[in-house]
Amino acid sequence: MTAINPHGEEMGTLTRRHLLGNVAGGLGAVALSTLLASDAPPRLPPSKRPHKVVGGAALPHFAPRAKRVIYLFQSGGPSQIELLDDKPQLWRHHGAELPASVRQGQRVTLMTAGQKSFPCVASKFTFESRGKSGLRISELLPHIGSVADEISVVNSMHTEAINHDPALTYINTGTQQLGKPSLGSWLSYGLGSENADLPAYVVLISKGKSGITQPVFSRLWGTGFLPSQHQGVRFRSGRDPVLYLSNPPGMDGRMRRRILDGQAALNRIRARDLGDPEIQTRISQYEMAYRMQTSVPELLDLSTEDERTFRMYGADARTPGTFAANCLIARRMAERGVRFIQLFHRGWDQHSRLPSGIRSQCRDVDQPSAALIKDLKQRGLLEETLVIWGGEFGRSVYCQGDLTKESYGRDHHGRCFSIWLAGGGIKSGFRYGETDDYSYNIIKNRVQINDLNATVLHCLGIDHEKFSYPYQGLEERLTGVEGARPVVDLLA
Amino acid sequence: MKGETETRRSAVGHWPHAYLTLAVLGSLPALNWPPDAPAGQPPELHWSFVTPTRPALPQVENHTWPGNPVDRFVLARLEAEGLSAAPAADGSTLLRRVTLDLTGLPPTPGETDAYLADDTAGAYARVVDRLLASPRFGERLAIDWLDAARYADTYGYHEDYHRDMWAWRDWVIGSLNNDMPFDQFTVEQLAGDLLPNATTQQRVATAFNRLHGVTSSGIPEEFRVRYDLDRVNTTSTVWLGLTIACAQCHDHKYDPITQKEFYEFYAHFNNVDDPAIMSSLAGNVKPLVSFVLPEYKERLENHARAVADLRRRQAQRSSELSDEFSRWREEQQRTVRDEPAAAAPTAGLLNHFPLDEQSGERVTCRRTQRGFSVRSTAEGEKDYWHAGKLDGSIQLDGKTYVDLGDALDFKSREGFSFGAWVFPSDGGCVISRMDVPSGYRGWSLMSSDGKFEVRVAHQDPGDMIRLTTTSRFEPEHWHHVFVTYDGSKQARGLDVYVNGETQPAVVSHDTLTGTIQTNKPASIGRRDSGDHFKGMIDDVRVYGRALSPAEVRAIATPLDDLLAALRGGKASEDDLAKLRRYFLESSDPLYRRLTGALDQLRGDEWRLRARALRTVMVMEEREKPQDTFVLTRGQYDQHGAKVSRKTPSILPPAPVGSPANRLGVARWLVQPTHPLTARVAVNRYWQMLFGTGIVATQEDFGTQGERPSHPGLLDWLAVEFVESGWKVKSLFRSIVMSSTYRQSSRATADLVERDPQNRLLARGPRHRLPAELIRDQALAVSGLLVGQIGGPSVRPYQPPGLWAESANGTYQPDSGGMLYRRSIYTYWKRSVPPPNMLTFDAPNRETCTVRRQRTNTPLMALVLMNDPTYVEAARALAERMMTGGGNLPRQRAVFGFRLATGRRPQPGELDVLLQVYEDQRLVFSEDPVAARKLLSVGESKPRSELEAMDLAAWTTVMSMILNLDETISKE
Repeated sequence: MTAINPHGEEMGTLTRRHLLGNVAGGLGAVALSTLLASDAPPRLPPSKRPHKVVGGAALPHFAPRAKRVIYLFQSGGPSQIELLDDKPQLWRHHGAELPASVRQGQRVTLMTAGQKSFPCVASKFTFESRGKSGLRISELLPHIGSVADEISVVNSMHTEAINHDPALTYINTGTQQLGKPSLGSWLSYGLGSENADLPAYVVLISKGKSGITQPVFSRLWGTGFLPSQHQGVRFRSGRDPVLYLSNPPGMDGRMRRRILDGQAALNRIRARDLGDPEIQTRISQYEMAYRMQTSVPELLDLSTEDERTFRMYGADARTPGTFAANCLIARRMAERGVRFIQLFHRGWDQHSRLPSGIRSQCRDVDQPSAALIKDLKQRGLLEETLVIWGGEFGRSVYCQGDLTKESYGRDHHGRCFSIWLAGGGIKSGFRYGETDDYSYNIIKNRVQINDLNATVLHCLGIDHEKFSYPYQGLEERLTGVEGARPVVDLLA
Repeated sequence: MKGETETRRSAVGHWPHAYLTLAVLGSLPALNWPPDAPAGQPPELHWSFVTPTRPALPQVENHTWPGNPVDRFVLARLEAEGLSAAPAADGSTLLRRVTLDLTGLPPTPGETDAYLADDTAGAYARVVDRLLASPRFGERLAIDWLDAARYADTYGYHEDYHRDMWAWRDWVIGSLNNDMPFDQFTVEQLAGDLLPNATTQQRVATAFNRLHGVTSSGIPEEFRVRYDLDRVNTTSTVWLGLTIACAQCHDHKYDPITQKEFYEFYAHFNNVDDPAIMSSLAGNVKPLVSFVLPEYKERLENHARAVADLRRRQAQRSSELSDEFSRWREEQQRTVRDEPAAAAPTAGLLNHFPLDEQSGERVTCRRTQRGFSVRSTAEGEKDYWHAGKLDGSIQLDGKTYVDLGDALDFKSREGFSFGAWVFPSDGGCVISRMDVPSGYRGWSLMSSDGKFEVRVAHQDPGDMIRLTTTSRFEPEHWHHVFVTYDGSKQARGLDVYVNGETQPAVVSHDTLTGTIQTNKPASIGRRDSGDHFKGMIDDVRVYGRALSPAEVRAIATPLDDLLAALRGGKASEDDLAKLRRYFLESSDPLYRRLTGALDQLRGDEWRLRARALRTVMVMEEREKPQDTFVLTRGQYDQHGAKVSRKTPSILPPAPVGSPANRLGVARWLVQPTHPLTARVAVNRYWQMLFGTGIVATQEDFGTQGERPSHPGLLDWLAVEFVESGWKVKSLFRSIVMSSTYRQSSRATADLVERDPQNRLLARGPRHRLPAELIRDQALAVSGLLVGQIGGPSVRPYQPPGLWAESANGTYQPDSGGMLYRRSIYTYWKRSVPPPNMLTFDAPNRETCTVRRQRTNTPLMALVLMNDPTYVEAARALAERMMTGGGNLPRQRAVFGFRLATGRRPQPGELDVLLQVYEDQRLVFSEDPVAARKLLSVGESKPRSELEAMDLAAWTTVMSMILNLDETISKE
């Protein structure tokens, strides 16, 4: 704890007693470990670690395979049929009505509910066997194909939701109900940060060039009932990468330092007079804010990256706010120990003109996603970093709107979709799960949303059944009560 | 955060053993609760399900300290613990505490001086009465109630569009200020619409149950059920303090509530006739209450009088020319002249599509002779043509449209007009040129739900004009619809006419700055690639200027038809009236002048009305009650047994004769024997004042919730509250008048160790202020605050780009006074809540919140250091201090410090302030540019007579003061 404050005397008074006092007095030990501690868990007897004993066992519950997560979230519902779930046999049914035996009365969105016919559409794009593993990957993702031997593709993801908002909420918080904490905030709460100068959970958002703009919402990185300091901190491009990070015009870091010294002196006087340990915490938080004013711009300053790196991530990586730039930043965050790095890339909602739309989206994400894997690997970080790539649901085999030679659209589809994972304890060059000939139903190894979440926790050394937080009389868990289980077959 | 450890611990293992491990509370007599419980009490009856009775005041040893009954309970507990109460807080600390608590704003130095100087008996009581009478009291209390009610300005789900619910917010503030008894406050919000002869205000109150998140995309039944569940859960959390939601999927695990009982309770709320999927066009959807904004009432009345006067003069002129009209009419009957459709204007006509082709797949513009394609996505033979209003028309089947390509390239700063005869079978777009995925850029005329909607948009929703007509048209009939726009980029310059008459319309968006040009093609009968029109369209006209009302009327009045009817002897009264008007306007200059004046006046009136008329979504019962079923595992489409409306059996039954509807539920909640309502309410108020409730888990009074720290006190307050007629202000008075409340918050290390959360109340409350109060205080002490109460939500500073990055639309901050309103009026977009509020633990308002967390993070420091709100406030405060604080730096520092903290600095503190001042002065004297930059933050301008270097130095000092822990804390 001593490394966190240039004003050593501050920390001298922040004794363990005060730390515990703060737990009840306004700032939990959780907060301290998250925001201040240079190493988690805090050096406290297990019985004194409130968040570590939730559910009865200390965290991590067992040796973790991954130290952190980079979640490359593809928002809008990328089509598994064009990207990761190869169905060459679908051409036999192209243009023919989807058999009722396949659809099984499945509900569809209002956008196609009025549609009289549901003709099947095969992918306009072909797949190739890539790498030694021979994973079948779309021609739209040549770069991701080049790291086929590093990743596991899951073709059997399943969600009950069929509209964006419920589906995004489900996969990010483990339930369709509002008010629950996000995966990242659970991890921030449970594991804290490895870096005293950066938040434990960072969110970066980019917009696809395809022009489709389904929204994302702060709920997706919110804390629900968990203490609110665990919410994802949004990093943005531009002057203030973290909201309000920059000093006002006319004030430089030197001036800020002097003011903070004066402020700390006044706060110390008040702490002495009133005896409220919360004031000491306030001083420390200002010191961390001050450090963030340096550490965040340093983190985001890509000028120290070499030409080779930019070539690897692609030209977009030089443009702040793009998915490519965000991937590069994600690697820099991984190097600095940010626990949960979540990128949201918008624009995968191809109800119409899917071929051109998805091509554009793939141009945005293919090269930088693959570059991130290669980059992490060459720096020895891939082993300890779990990378997840996927969206909130898949897309329908049947056509939405007009089916022409050149173009077609696909509606939302939750019964099966595909994602890929890499690093952090996940098998490489592996394919898991299987769908029917129509990529409509799962026929082998279904993975529910919370099975995925349980797997993520597992990689980080957490038993999802023992990781809970009491709220309104319940032991709330990320993974709910439906009997989720980690997908052990995916683990290396 | 406070309470977190406890709840966590109490849930480790199983109640009640885990509770006993709590060091602070473990060995206390409080656990033998209720203290006077009869020995035969069934053990399963949890304390909070037993109706409270007024407990006897406990005996205490110290007879001098207790000021009122509250203190007896607190002191008894302290004495049992071997602790004593803290000395009273000093005057300035107490005044600041109680002023912040009851008004949400700090006392002025004048108020502090007056209070410190008043050593007569009852000085404090008079202050309390003054604060309770302040209109700021309602604003202060409303903050917590808005959290509980999940109040916001947007949908919440998915695209998160705008809606107008602020009339309810203002109802809450007004009711609290008028000291509406809590039972009435409850009944009106839950069932005001069901009260006999319900007033508009009572119906507005029921918006409480329409504040839940809504969606514009999804499966209707799924969301209808979600909304009902939200109503039930919110109602039960807010009034019962019970986690009834647990019984949605299965019988409650801990509290005696079965799943069947959950749905019996749910059935009361499952009877609203609201459309589950809200149209993005609509904003507010039924059931609605509309009202006229008070500030417009007088102007509207004046307009109405002027219109009536002109009408009277027209009628008079018409009767004067009666004979002339008769002669003209006879002449028309005799002679058939080939007169074109009554002089439809030709100036500025860009395109005219008579749509009389009758065959083929091309339409031709009569004006330019350019041809355009009819396109369809339907298979097979097509017949696009049909008899129309004027000769033929095009028939659109929901798949067909006319591709107008690159025609109609309008600009937002230039006038244009367009319209057609339409025969709508269903909704759809009449004519448009729009790029929907790119934020609805362009313009469109839609028919939807029996109304016309016009958008002229750069980017939805922040940068566009949108208005929707209020009266419904009849489907399957011909209507002439026409839109005029004058290039003003304002809703007042946009008009919709139906059959030649300007239409009243609701303006939902009125900010247009950017271009409306797009590369997407213009179309008749669709918008972008969707929203296809179903029905017939005829005689489309497009003008490159704004037509006048008379010109639109000329287009909309097909004189040929009228004359034909006249000649055939089939002219109706209405036809004759139209002919008369045509005659008068075309032949009598005086009448024409009157018409012109009337047109202008009525246009103004409609535009005024569009601004003046607002709505709020409210509750209303369906005519035929809806059946309710148990939903198996809580799934919306898995119906189990049918249930009828009942309240949970663990609680006392509803009063005899009360109706089985929401009114019955409301009356049941506020009957004096209800064990929970009063306890939960007084606990919420206690939590507001002391930071933690007597029951720490405000959201859970069930068996898994925390037990009360002072059960007798909780019951005494609850009974007192009910018996005093549910008077909220009296309750606050009795708490803040107590010695308990008036204690100093100074704490010894031992006491902090022993009772970190101050549950025993051996000292006064000290904790960080809620988000809203931190900002409001900065505005108040800097003199920037604009105190206007109520009205539409306002948009203070927010970092640019936030909305556009995660959702759609742009946030356009207000300017002028609206930047400095109290935070309770800040626009609340649920998917992107105001970041400087969220950072200080304000909830996102998606779900009911009855207890805010209280964290302490570096992001808070960044807000207070760098948010322009606080930098500008620091500068304004510095100006105040330089102009009113005296001439010496020392005097000024004292003045500024005192404004923010309510007290004078000690010598050591003053030294720090002056040192920082001198230091910064030196920096700015070397860098005057930096000083000017700092002073330029914010919209308000610094006083030019003050020296920039000096003002900048003081600004940094004041910024430092605004950042002090003391400043943002109640002590």
